[in-house]
Amino acid sequence: MDFLRPETLAEALELKASRPDAVPIAGGTDVMVELNYDHRRPAALLDLTRIPELSEWSDGLRVGAGVPYVRIIEELGAQLPGLAMASRTVGSPQIRNRGTVGGNLGAASPAGDTHPVLLASDAVIEVASVRGTRMIPAVDFYLGVKRNAVEPDELIVAVHLAPAKGPQQFSKVGTRNAMVIAVCSFAISLFPAENRVGAAVGSAAPTPRRALEAEQFLASALDFASPKPLLDSVKREFGELVSRAASPIDDVRGSAAYRKHALAVMARRTLGWAWQELLDGEKACA
Amino acid sequence: MRVNVTVNGEQRQADDVWEGESLLFMLRERLGLPGSKNACEQGECGSCTVYLDNVPVCACLVAAGQAQDRSVRTVEGLASGDELDPVQEAFVEAGAVQCGFCTPGLVVAAHDLLDRVPSPSDPEIREALAGNLCRCTGYEKILDAVRLAASRR
Repeated sequence: MDFLRPETLAEALELKASRPDAVPIAGGTDVMVELNYDHRRPAALLDLTRIPELSEWSDGLRVGAGVPYVRIIEELGAQLPGLAMASRTVGSPQIRNRGTVGGNLGAASPAGDTHPVLLASDAVIEVASVRGTRMIPAVDFYLGVKRNAVEPDELIVAVHLAPAKGPQQFSKVGTRNAMVIAVCSFAISLFPAENRVGAAVGSAAPTPRRALEAEQFLASALDFASPKPLLDSVKREFGELVSRAASPIDDVRGSAAYRKHALAVMARRTLGWAWQELLDGEKACA
Repeated sequence: MRVNVTVNGEQRQADDVWEGESLLFMLRERLGLPGSKNACEQGECGSCTVYLDNVPVCACLVAAGQAQDRSVRTVEGLASGDELDPVQEAFVEAGAVQCGFCTPGLVVAAHDLLDRVPSPSDPEIREALAGNLCRCTGYEKILDAVRLAASRR
């Protein structure tokens, strides 16, 4: 095995082009588990932790793929509340100190905590190779269980995510708060100025996925111009449509039926929280 | 491969390091520092918690090569000479040690918490230690120890 240690992104892309079999490693929270358990023996590891621009962000936002969860929580929470909420549910303090959104995307596990937020918030994934840069909308990024749209010579460089334009919420079901792989998860983003809603489910289908019908229903049912308290019937229907968007399986973490049920509950609750935030905002402005 | 790393303030060198090896393995098996414990090897238990450039991490999830030119502080590096760190002292006094296997990781995690939050609330302590498992389930005494260490700062 080779251990490749590029100091710049250009160098990393050259290495990935000449060694497409090299496995990128940043926080190591997925890759090292596979190595420790001998589930994977790659020809080379490509250490990305020495490349400064991967762990930076710029306005807009363009968040480097190597920014650890802890910095998203502590420094980007005001601009990206949904992503910060999901980041808070990742592993433990030690894991959040190392793990990155880039790694979540690279692993592309259906249970990855940040995926529903990225989908609900219209994130765009920036991938690069010596051939150039590609911008992949999150909705086109996840191709199958642990499969993504990244080509063998490409690296995930950054996530583009606009600062929240309205309330965002995230919810996740697990047996305890820490160190839990999601049984299922849900994210919602409201875009009041555009009369639009983003909603996505995690760990409830072969890939994380948007709940399009639920989004459309809610956008037409909500009155963003003069928000009133939500009708129970709207919450119920939204939950039902979110649940219907999922195609979960029975596995060790939960049954398909439970996941469907839990998604409807999470969808209702997070909608309630997000809408309340909007109502409180209106009141504060008045 | 060869790895040069600062461990507990000392410049160290490890040879014949396998490229897929963890920092934990290198510390224990090549650098003679068995304080960090090897249990789950998947970041679940926190028994291998060490500081990497002053940030607590699971040493089992860091590739040894990633520690090149970086600074590692293990549980062995907390005491000054024969003088235990106040967190270690508090663990002894509070009886926060049963079988002792999870202790090094918990001591490092608690040490980091008190550096960041000198007077943590109970929820803050629980959250900070959420990545460390004690299978003797001696959590109450562990919480006592952290509270004791905090009260002496």
